[in-house]
Amino acid sequence: MTAMMVESVLSFDDAVSRYDPVLGLEVHVELGTETKMFCSCPTVFGALANTQTCPTCLGLPGSLPVLNRVAVESAIRIGLALNCKIATWCRFARKNYFYPDMPKNFQTSQYDEPICYDGYLDIEVETADGLMPFRVQIERAHMEEDTGKSTHQGGATGRIHGADYSLVDYNRAGIPLIEIVTKPIEGAGRYAPEVARAYVTALRDLLRALNVSDVKMEQGSLRCDANASLRTSPDAPLGTRTETKNVNSLKSVERAVRYEITRQAARLDAGERIVQETRHWHEDTGVTTSGRSKEEAEDYRYFPEPDLLPIAPALEWIESLRAALPELPAARRTRLMTEWGVSDFEMQSMANAGALDVIEATVAAGGTHAGARKWWMGELARVANEREIELDELEITPVEVARVEALVAAGSLNDKLARQVIDGVLEGAGSPDDVVAARGLVVVSDDAALLAAIEEAIAANPDAAQKIREGKPAAAGALIGAVMKSTRGQADAARVRELLLTHLTTP
Amino acid sequence: MSDSAVELTRLSAADVAALVATGDVSAVEVTSAHLERIAEIDGDVHAFLHVDREGAVAAAQAVDADRSKGKPLGVLAGVPLGLKDVMAMSGIPTTCGSRILEGWRPAYDATVTRRLKDAGIVILGKTNMDEFAMGSSTEHSAYGPTHNPWDLDRIPGGSGGGSAACVASFEAPLAIGTDTGGSIRQPAAVTGTVGVKPTYGGVSRYGLVALASSLDQAGPCARTVLDAALLHSVIAGHDALDSTSIDLPVPDVVSAARRADVAGLRIGVVRELTGEGYQSGVQQRFDESVAMLEGLGADVVEVSCPHFPYALAAYYLILPSECSSNLAKFDGMRYGVRVGDDGNASVEQVMSKTRAAGFGDEVVRRIMLGTYALSAGYYDAFYGQAQKVRTLIARDFEAAFAQCDVLVSPTAPTTAFRLGEKLDDPLAMYLNDIATIPANLAGTPAMSLPIGLAPEDSLPVGLQIMAPAMADERLYNVGAALEAALLAQWGAPLLTSAPALGGVAA
Repeated sequence: MTAMMVESVLSFDDAVSRYDPVLGLEVHVELGTETKMFCSCPTVFGALANTQTCPTCLGLPGSLPVLNRVAVESAIRIGLALNCKIATWCRFARKNYFYPDMPKNFQTSQYDEPICYDGYLDIEVETADGLMPFRVQIERAHMEEDTGKSTHQGGATGRIHGADYSLVDYNRAGIPLIEIVTKPIEGAGRYAPEVARAYVTALRDLLRALNVSDVKMEQGSLRCDANASLRTSPDAPLGTRTETKNVNSLKSVERAVRYEITRQAARLDAGERIVQETRHWHEDTGVTTSGRSKEEAEDYRYFPEPDLLPIAPALEWIESLRAALPELPAARRTRLMTEWGVSDFEMQSMANAGALDVIEATVAAGGTHAGARKWWMGELARVANEREIELDELEITPVEVARVEALVAAGSLNDKLARQVIDGVLEGAGSPDDVVAARGLVVVSDDAALLAAIEEAIAANPDAAQKIREGKPAAAGALIGAVMKSTRGQADAARVRELLLTHLTTP
Repeated sequence: MSDSAVELTRLSAADVAALVATGDVSAVEVTSAHLERIAEIDGDVHAFLHVDREGAVAAAQAVDADRSKGKPLGVLAGVPLGLKDVMAMSGIPTTCGSRILEGWRPAYDATVTRRLKDAGIVILGKTNMDEFAMGSSTEHSAYGPTHNPWDLDRIPGGSGGGSAACVASFEAPLAIGTDTGGSIRQPAAVTGTVGVKPTYGGVSRYGLVALASSLDQAGPCARTVLDAALLHSVIAGHDALDSTSIDLPVPDVVSAARRADVAGLRIGVVRELTGEGYQSGVQQRFDESVAMLEGLGADVVEVSCPHFPYALAAYYLILPSECSSNLAKFDGMRYGVRVGDDGNASVEQVMSKTRAAGFGDEVVRRIMLGTYALSAGYYDAFYGQAQKVRTLIARDFEAAFAQCDVLVSPTAPTTAFRLGEKLDDPLAMYLNDIATIPANLAGTPAMSLPIGLAPEDSLPVGLQIMAPAMADERLYNVGAALEAALLAQWGAPLLTSAPALGGVAA
């Protein structure tokens, strides 16, 4: 009820005109390592429940953790890419609390000795005034293990309270996570929601470039908790914050922050205080609801994990990882803007659509950047959007798109045919050449065949033909259309026009 | 029990292995003799929580089969052993002396268990212990106490009272113990047996149900120093499954036990671990043994370890802290006992009821101590400070080992006390470990071996030898030298003067 009142009494614009929002974003990234953080169980998503487990990730008595070196390497690479300092010596710590999806009833995490600290990420935020550069300061990036996944059966909310029983899948327990925590994000003002979204987007792109995670928010391999608080002015002390969880898409990050700023402003306007609590974002209704109160901070009784040795990455190792970092998204965008001659804004929209990789790969396969952009940002983006998948999950490869483009450039396909070829490939009918061959999709430019079709069209549309003869070539459209129809789109439209005009105007 | 079977139970592990290797005795005969001994006397001693007769006989048969096929046998192949119930063994109940794990059978072997099996050692069963290894008397076992074979009304030490008692009562020539603050050495001392806590990281902890991860270490229990060395050599060595396991060659403890030569060695008597608080007969036997070592050619000096008096206090912060976290997993959700799951109770309620019903008083006491010590606002004053003391104790050892090859002290301040005597006084119970705890805090190896009976109560006294990390062999060299000199003085092993059990003359 409160939620509905909020929407009705206060707008977001009102909220940010009266209050200065401060954000803090905590992003959990599931690493794409082959095995778990502390055991050799596989990490494949979607396996039958509890089949990817062993004594260690089930926390059985006597089991012990052994650290995954690749996970440490990934953590360091992420830290380097985020301009962080890398600890020369750090430890894991136990975070103690009881919950059934945590097999040991403590989470092996890092506490006051994170492996990466003090970094930043530069982002660009789309605003009404154009692209706004913004630097997000990174507090830390640390390693920890994921918990199992609980599913609460029965009950109305899908949450543990009120459920009849719960099922726990420990396949996820022990999956390596990196938690990346920002410092308070200040100075974003009315663009705070956009900054939040742009930050998570940029972070996702960075992690993807590093190839350390598949960063799929909908599968939970990238999870964002958004902290927000309001203060009356940038000089005022920080207000009480809330932490919004269950924010499972980039769009939700923006919406949830926007909602929470508005909600808090309404409360403050009404003279109420903000309760320090966890709130849950509801994608369907677009509101957050109150969760666990954090007024009395839970005491996790952290202490250094005695079952693991301290981590002391050698300087040479860190430097070799730094030297081997791939080109990062910001540098890449600058390079591609020059190479392709596109504007900041076009580049941003390609990046936002997650199309840079596929477009670049299409160009690498021989396509033109203009052609590649046209297909990936047009027809293919539409299909991906319809199916709610990423571009690189479509049943068509950049090499195939480049091939289609080459066929168009060679004149053997026109745009309409090309679209049919692409549809065929998407339907799984094989390569572009397979589809062309199987469906006989080829531009007809044989003059004799075209003339026959033109004669038919003239016979069927005598009025249009007469207008052309009278010197009104604009009437040719109807006739060309008829020819295209009778040839099922396979005619070379330009040649048809040429032949038609010659035929009707030559004495 | 036939005379020949009795004789088999009196043999050292080394002798049993030699007879099995030559085929003079079959491993099955040896195993049967020990199973018979257990059947006869364990009702009185209660060293075992579970006897795996079928598994033991099958393991013995496998050794005999290997021998008949001419396959090479391990140094202890065919020798029976008692395994402390804190060590996971596939398919065999592993309770840690607690109700909360009743009915749990692990699906995996601890690394120690696997190495024992691979070596052809015959595991007779699981030995009794204080619940989750918390205690110095085995009275905190949820399944009833173990009795000291020297006097059934007295404690066999703890937490590994079952392992020490099974060796002392000739139910097995060998046992595995674990030592977090003295749980191998103090039981060895009060039962007249040999017990060794290896260097921390010397023996894998994989499959050892953790009490305090940074202190726990498994080690051998035996009746002779050589037997302990042989067992040590079987279980020690790097294990990729334990991150704290040391990747270095195992110290050559067996050669050291055979060398037994202290001439020219510098032996330090730790000033802080003698005198006040030590029973007079304990002190007397200790002093005699030190004189004996001097007589064997060792240079004996007194050294001071000024921070040792703070070891007990630091230990009782670090251990409960780690244990409060290690024991959190026992919540009735995945294995073991579950209490209060009536269909209406919440998960928190079931966890809470299970833990309240499943844990004994001493366990609850230490979990609460540790929970408190780790709490926000108390961490620095308690856990943090204790870790600093730990560093100072390690430095005391370093300074002492700069002057001496080994250090010695009485293992425990008293001989075995009566069952029930200290059960209601935890602090008095904790004081039993005053001399053994420093080695756990520093991660250094230490041994207890029997040095005679206290004149006032005719109960065994133990001497502790301490060495630098990864110099475990020094314990065996010094221990074997002293053992040989004492044996020469006594004319027969100390255990031959223990009273008979089950009506059979010793």
